[in-house]
Amino acid sequence: MHRVTSVLVGVLAATGAVLYFEPLALIFGRRLLVEGTHIVAGLLLPFPTLIGLWFSPELRADVRLLGRLTKVDGEWLRRRDRRTAGLAVGKFNGGQKLAASTLVGAGAVLFGTGLLLIAPARINLPVSVREGATVTHDLFTFGVVLLLTGHIWMAFRHPAARAAMRHGDIDLDYAEREHPAWAATYRSTPTRR
Amino acid sequence: MTELEDPAEAGRPVGRRVVLGLLGLGTAGVVFGPTVSRGLGAVSSALSRHDPTGLSSYIPGAGWRYYTVTDGFPYQPPSSYRLSVGGNVAKELTLTTTDLRARPRTRLTADFQCVTGWRVRGVRWEGVRLSELLDEAIPDSDQTAVQFVSYDGTYTESLTMTEARRADVLVADTLDGQPIGRAHGGPVRLLVAPMYGYKSCKWLSQIRVTSKLIPGYWEQLGYDQEAWVGRSNGRRDAPTS
Repeated sequence: MHRVTSVLVGVLAATGAVLYFEPLALIFGRRLLVEGTHIVAGLLLPFPTLIGLWFSPELRADVRLLGRLTKVDGEWLRRRDRRTAGLAVGKFNGGQKLAASTLVGAGAVLFGTGLLLIAPARINLPVSVREGATVTHDLFTFGVVLLLTGHIWMAFRHPAARAAMRHGDIDLDYAEREHPAWAATYRSTPTRR
Repeated sequence: MTELEDPAEAGRPVGRRVVLGLLGLGTAGVVFGPTVSRGLGAVSSALSRHDPTGLSSYIPGAGWRYYTVTDGFPYQPPSSYRLSVGGNVAKELTLTTTDLRARPRTRLTADFQCVTGWRVRGVRWEGVRLSELLDEAIPDSDQTAVQFVSYDGTYTESLTMTEARRADVLVADTLDGQPIGRAHGGPVRLLVAPMYGYKSCKWLSQIRVTSKLIPGYWEQLGYDQEAWVGRSNGRRDAPTS
């Protein structure tokens, strides 16, 4: 699921950049193809997550965890020594939770404004709505690109977490260091993420 | 899952608030888009005056956006470019870019306003007045309109003869001091300064004098023929010329 979504997002970012930056547009040409690819990838984007939510109780449980900010998460977000303070961080820390909710919200806005932008002419949207959808789509794209840059940066700084995304098993030492409260509940059996 | 076992420890539903907040923000952006876009436009034109890199033109809601109705950006190099002025005229013209430069030149500075909302402030154009070329070709006396044909093979536009003869309608080859580039519709495009951008036919290849007004590409899809900025297409923008 993460892999399919990340490929779709990569395609969206690449085709979006070609549509937005005119020097790239001139290099690539084939505007209808680029536009069509962007639209198809955008329309497909929610499906891996929705299918995952439908079939996987583990994912639904993760979503419940991600949606709620505990006292520990609040402290984790406030403290500068968050990684060394020995906080009882669960499976996700406060930063991961906020980032996840922000991505979901911003993704929904991008999807909705994208739908407005491809609305057929016969629906006859007011020009002001089209203008609003355009500028909102652009602004949220810049926000999401920043957030995803941070996401990828963090993934490279935490190779153990990256390996866990690939294999489904987390290195126990890493989990005890970064997510001690979660590691404590699973100490006997390595778990899938 | 320990957090869920004890409701007091479950924490606040911040995730839901963040998602709903962003959806609200997105909705506000769509509803108040024209205001947002005007604000960003003002910021970017202020920035671009102190920005040698040109990157400020990529701030969303600011600067040029590039539209083409065909698959890609067509291009004819200036060396092989020809503009034909014909239709119902006494003397057909075929002009090269050099021919255009040899004619009386007009400079004009105006905001460029697109019907989709974006506006580029203080664009400097240079070229030959369309009325000069019409005078030279001498339209037959009963002709009422002028049609413009793009070499992209699809796009067309049109003006009434009265509109076409306005002093702020140019056959332009220079934009902000540079030869007009490919994405801007170069080497030669039309500029109808008082009207929305879709009237300013890019990649111009033919100017045809016609007895009747022939609706252009966007007019056939429902856009206004008389595309005065601020007085058409249901928009209220400040006039550009």
